[in-house]
Amino acid sequence: MVKVTVDGIVVDVAPGSSALQACEAAGKEIPRFCYHERLSVAGNCRMCLVEVSGGRKPVASCGFPISNGMQIFTDTEVVRRARRAVMEFLLINHPLDCPICDQGGECDLQDQAFGYGADHSRYRENKRAVTDKYLGPLVKTVMTRCIQCTRCIRFSTEVAGVPELGGVSRGENLEITNYVEKALTSELSGNLIDICPVGALTSQPYAFSARPWELKRTDSIDVCDAVGTNIVMQARGASVLRIVPRINDEVNEEWLADKGRFVVDGFRRRRLDRPWVRVDGKLQPASWADAFSLIATRLKGVPGARIGAIAGDMCDAESLMALKDLMGMLGSPNIDCRQDGARYDTSRRDFYTFNTGIAGIDEADALLIVGSIPRQEAPVLNARIRRRFVDAGRGKFPIAMIGAPNADPTYTAEVLGEGPDTLGKLAAGELPFAEVLANAKNPMIIVGHGALTRPDGQAIAKACWDLAVQVNAIRPDWHGFNVLHTAASRMAGLDLGLVPGPQGRDVAGMLGGGVDVLWLMGADEFAVHDIGPDTFVIYQGHHGDAGAARADVILPGVLYAEKPGTYTNTEGRVQRAFRAVMPPGEAREDWRILRAFSEVAGRKLPYDTIEALRARIAQAHPAYGQVAHTRLGATDTTPPQAGSMAVAATPFHPVIADYYLTHAVCRASPTMETCSGIYVRPATEAAE
Amino acid sequence: MSTQPTVPTGAEPTHFAFDAESEQQIAVILAKYPPERKASGVLPLLYVVQKQMGRQTGSAWIPRIAMDVVAERLEMAPIRVYEVATFYLMFNTKPIGRYHLQVCTTTSCWLRGSDDVTAACKKATGIRAFGETSTDGLFTLTEVECLGACANAPILQVDDDYYEDLDGPRTLELIEALKRGERPTPGPTIDRLNSAPAGGRRVLVDEAAIKPQGQG
Repeated sequence: MVKVTVDGIVVDVAPGSSALQACEAAGKEIPRFCYHERLSVAGNCRMCLVEVSGGRKPVASCGFPISNGMQIFTDTEVVRRARRAVMEFLLINHPLDCPICDQGGECDLQDQAFGYGADHSRYRENKRAVTDKYLGPLVKTVMTRCIQCTRCIRFSTEVAGVPELGGVSRGENLEITNYVEKALTSELSGNLIDICPVGALTSQPYAFSARPWELKRTDSIDVCDAVGTNIVMQARGASVLRIVPRINDEVNEEWLADKGRFVVDGFRRRRLDRPWVRVDGKLQPASWADAFSLIATRLKGVPGARIGAIAGDMCDAESLMALKDLMGMLGSPNIDCRQDGARYDTSRRDFYTFNTGIAGIDEADALLIVGSIPRQEAPVLNARIRRRFVDAGRGKFPIAMIGAPNADPTYTAEVLGEGPDTLGKLAAGELPFAEVLANAKNPMIIVGHGALTRPDGQAIAKACWDLAVQVNAIRPDWHGFNVLHTAASRMAGLDLGLVPGPQGRDVAGMLGGGVDVLWLMGADEFAVHDIGPDTFVIYQGHHGDAGAARADVILPGVLYAEKPGTYTNTEGRVQRAFRAVMPPGEAREDWRILRAFSEVAGRKLPYDTIEALRARIAQAHPAYGQVAHTRLGATDTTPPQAGSMAVAATPFHPVIADYYLTHAVCRASPTMETCSGIYVRPATEAAE
Repeated sequence: MSTQPTVPTGAEPTHFAFDAESEQQIAVILAKYPPERKASGVLPLLYVVQKQMGRQTGSAWIPRIAMDVVAERLEMAPIRVYEVATFYLMFNTKPIGRYHLQVCTTTSCWLRGSDDVTAACKKATGIRAFGETSTDGLFTLTEVECLGACANAPILQVDDDYYEDLDGPRTLELIEALKRGERPTPGPTIDRLNSAPAGGRRVLVDEAAIKPQGQG
């Protein structure tokens, strides 16, 4: 550690730190625009000037390396005057349009101009004006406001891995642009809005909606993928107006995928806000009591084996537990949370978990991805892989993929083969990458749902496990077997046992008349049209989508923004979300609906409060006893069951056809629809 | 004021490929860099593009499609090439005339009469302001900063050639010659060898003094 004195305060900082980091360690706030903790140092805004003993000029602290015994002064007359001068230069070309700027109230330039700005401008000439650029439907640009900090260039190049932004021309004519009028091809483009310190890049869908001080902030968890990104829901009145990421270094650092961010305008469209029952083939509005009694009547005399339930991909653990318990009360073994038909051995948790952990990616030194396209299935996790790839340096983090993805993974990945037969070749050491895995200290294998949703999914999982054991990736201090989930509710569903019991039917078995009464809880992503014509369908959910269209009774549930809930991400991390807004109309929290119905059905569920329900969940699975997460190694290398099918040679197919339209909420979102039209449809049409 | 190149509609070609001559030059250029660092060759490659466009179309400029070809050849992101090409004023990102007249107007040239050179250029070509191309498409007039030949001020750079020690009438003459399709010899337009004194040597004229060293 290096000893540095900052304004008389002695601090110990790691060697190689910058003067700015030393100042922060001493609790001094240094103004900055271009410096960002997670991006490379550019040093071009000059706002972070400090004085250093022995130096004749102020230095930019963000890029100034510390040395032992260095003395830094952050609050001298020279520093203050230098910063005031920098601010004056920055403001020369910055328009005075704060009243109509969406960044107003959360603008770094605005805030710092309060500290270092002058009360008037001495600049009499014309300000420069820059034409706005087209960066796609999500990021709105007002480039005249740009102060050229280049954070967006560095973000797109370094983090998002799509080097599409740059600074063209020079001097006064320097412009931040993509040069070609083309939408940014990143699933992380919304983060540009957050990192832009001024109002140059703002949110297009949120434009002119609200001021930051009007918004009520609620901590929540993103359920659009299984990463469990920590988010803040910002609401005014009854509507969530925007979603921004919350910093959690263990999960999402400070990034959020575009779907999780911009899905918000689907929250109040196509909502189911009252119960409906089907009368003479047409859905009619009904009261809760009528809806419940209709279901209870229909259930009378139906044996448990003829009742089934399917849980959707966005459910919270509480609802899943209540559904599981209700089916238990009704004597039904037919319950499934795997709409996509994925196959897992659920006998042990590490057979279906991202065991290495998202933070564990930073420690890995070789990666094999099997039947997964992380860029689409979990963009934030993919950014983590990319960061590891970049940090490790050329050739130090070899990555290979089995299953040829169409999308650029944003890092160099060797495609070993198209189908799972390649795994056999790897195990036999026939491919050079086998040696790479074997020589790696911490190898990682990611199995995606492109593999697990196949009939031979379990056999592939076992083959991956065997390979992991073979390369010593499963040991007490490192677990290199990873399942990358795509559904936010899947981990909780598997943990809480929402899989068919003995002689129970899975999703496919419940279709085509396999059951007489089918309870869908937010389930829209399966072959709804294959439900038997005589099956009585109850749809409990928040959006009028495929499931609701087929339903005989609709029970209006709520969105993740409207209920407190527990979510488990793909690495098994249990996280809590809070209620941001009240549900619309007569919609109710899902577990309360199930609890209320259980009483009507005469089989009362034994919990009346969410605390009691959470205690029940903790009893069902010990991981839910507290909101915490520890990464575990494995002492038991027994492989998962291989299932009945042997590994076939057919190529893997991507599980996500359209990143922007994967669930009912984004299908109700005009923004997601636009994105799909711009990004996905032209590509699919070109492929056809 | 946006400097995003506004290439006239229809001027942007839809296809660009290096010809045999360019390929030969590229092979020489890329041999200088280790393969994983070949992005360093972006500047010389852009020059190759500009030269080839000059040969093929009579207008030495770099269309965007060509920048994409360079990016592909050097395995770098296209935007990185756009950044370089737009940063350096030596690269023309818009079509230019057959001859690129670059008048130096920095102090030395200005003191020595670059205003006359500029006026002569405008008169001979019909161009009204810097940055414009003459109606016959032959000339583009550009104002450039110091060309580093102050001893021979004022200077007019035509494409890659320096015409030095100019004045108004000699500039007119030069442009008329270009119009006729001639290429006068570059260098001083007065009686002078390179930067040597006008009218011949003035110092060290005595024979003894010019004896090679070590013999005296």
